[in-house]
Amino acid sequence: MGILEVKGVGKRFGGLQALGDVTLSIEENTVHAIIGPNGAGKSTLLNCLVGKLIPDEGSVTFAGTSVLGRKPHEINQLGISRVFQTPEIFGDLTVMENMMIPCFAKRDGAFRMHAIESMEQEAELIAKAEAMLADVGMLEKREMIASSMSRGDKRRLEIAMCLVQEPKLLLLDEPTAGMARADTNNTIALLKEIKETRDITIAIIEHDMHVVFSLADRITVLAQGTPLVEDTPDNIKGNPKVKEAYLGETQQV
Amino acid sequence: MFGLNKKDRSFLLIVIALTLLTPILLQPFPAGSELAQFNGGYPDLMQKIAIFGIFAVGFNILFGLTGYLSFGHAAFLGIGSYAAVWMMKLLTMNVIPAIMLAMVVSGLFAAAIGYVSLRRSGIYFSILTLAFAQMSYKMAYSVLTPLTNGETGLQLALDDPRILDGAAEGSSLPVTNIFGLAMNSSYKLEALGRVFTFNVGYYFCAFIAILAFYVAIRLFRSPFGMMLRAVKSNQQRMTYTGLDPKPYTLAAFVISGMYAGLAGGLLAAMDPLAGADRMLWTASGEVVIMTILGGAGTLMGPVLGAGVIKYLENIFSKINEGVLHGWFSFLPDGVEDVVIWIFARFTGEGWHLTLGVTFMLVVTFLPGGLIEGLRRLSKRIKHGSQKRDKYDDPDPEHRPDPGKRVAGE
Repeated sequence: MGILEVKGVGKRFGGLQALGDVTLSIEENTVHAIIGPNGAGKSTLLNCLVGKLIPDEGSVTFAGTSVLGRKPHEINQLGISRVFQTPEIFGDLTVMENMMIPCFAKRDGAFRMHAIESMEQEAELIAKAEAMLADVGMLEKREMIASSMSRGDKRRLEIAMCLVQEPKLLLLDEPTAGMARADTNNTIALLKEIKETRDITIAIIEHDMHVVFSLADRITVLAQGTPLVEDTPDNIKGNPKVKEAYLGETQQV
Repeated sequence: MFGLNKKDRSFLLIVIALTLLTPILLQPFPAGSELAQFNGGYPDLMQKIAIFGIFAVGFNILFGLTGYLSFGHAAFLGIGSYAAVWMMKLLTMNVIPAIMLAMVVSGLFAAAIGYVSLRRSGIYFSILTLAFAQMSYKMAYSVLTPLTNGETGLQLALDDPRILDGAAEGSSLPVTNIFGLAMNSSYKLEALGRVFTFNVGYYFCAFIAILAFYVAIRLFRSPFGMMLRAVKSNQQRMTYTGLDPKPYTLAAFVISGMYAGLAGGLLAAMDPLAGADRMLWTASGEVVIMTILGGAGTLMGPVLGAGVIKYLENIFSKINEGVLHGWFSFLPDGVEDVVIWIFARFTGEGWHLTLGVTFMLVVTFLPGGLIEGLRRLSKRIKHGSQKRDKYDDPDPEHRPDPGKRVAGE
């Protein structure tokens, strides 16, 4: 039994069957990649996991609890953090404030009025946020306004914001999309380090095969809304069905 | 001290000093001189500046921090006034219970209106709040006449119960007071050819304003204030961080509604009558203009904006053609008429034109409001006028010294 169990999930948008009968199990403490050509339903599946979309049929169970019908912030409180395709951070706030917000959310839940306390009183949370920033190598940027940083740094910050909540499952939606090669490699190195040093399960959606094969323990290939095959990276590389559906096209380029 | 850091503490102390000295600072010109027209140190204006300062500071907690632009905040101002006048009619002329009731009632209304309006954001939120405010205005004007006394406005009467004050003596209406000290009593000091008026009502308003300002500083610097800025910055990230933005925005809405109610209660405490006009949409627009003119999202900006607008409103609207004739009588007849005609467009009835032009200039050239202007000015004074932005920094990589490059090629 995996930490995340998806059973028979289907989702339609009008006449379009975006997902049909998706069954998928993600084992604890593994990196599970979901790949597939454009329009295969990867993002729809991810949105069903975090509560942004509600599937028409099937069930999604995380660590024994159903996530269906829960709001995105409730699902996050269960222990699922999400990194977006374009980094979603608090652009107007400083890097340190960006880090403090998830710390408060983790400790106090969805809402609490700290209207009279000052930030300086929260020494414990500050230490936690600073330690996390140091881990991703951004401590010296703590007073920068987040929106003024490079794409790679924003991504790094977003990952740090997710990790500081100590999630059980980290969802990454094309974490290297639109990045320069150097930034991509930095991100891969960071994710590898996270995988090795932390007690965490990672689900990753990615187009870049270089990223997928350097990180994943298991790969699910989606095509036209249904899982085509699920296997280890080595077997996926040699699978003719996958080549036909997806890899074949890209490898010719 | 006060739970503030050093910078905020000195900031607060400056504000306290300015507030206490306002009766002197706003009276810079000797009485009887040509410029005495521009003296603003009379109780009515000073009270209004303090009260609308509170209103704008509260509005800024919602608009400046969360970015939700409410176009109906005057409704809470009006509700606060009505509640305060009712307290004075029924219980006592002491202003303390009146102001407390004003805050409670406007807070309740804000919770109800906010709960519905905050289901939407952006322009839809603004329109919803505007609709609620206009609805309140119309209802106060017509259906709710037993409560609001319709178009005449709610006033004190001799036969009001006023349980705590006992039976009224004589035939004149009682005055608002704080534990017996009348709000309209003043101490006049004549010195340096000027008359300084130290008014009880003003100092009461000023005290409350300082308190309100202090609470706003604490709120801005608190984790709650940070969450409100997070709402403005990225609600998507906020929900996926496990936070629910809705209670945060609702709390901000209620707090700013209570600030508005407090301001409304103070208006009634200074002059015990409440009319539906206070809830009109132009009044809601005024607080938006105050906040943006001064600088939205800054602590001092809204107060500055409120001060400037109330000053313009009261001073410029008093300058009629007669006053202008006095000023320009030294000019030849034809020229005088032309000059007076031009100036008359901007003064007296035309003071709105002055306000409009000021607002336009500020929004165009100082998008951060008057506060940004002051900040730039103090930077100029401190560092001289060399660098304006990062493009003025030396950048040898992209703009190498021309002489060297030619030599290298």
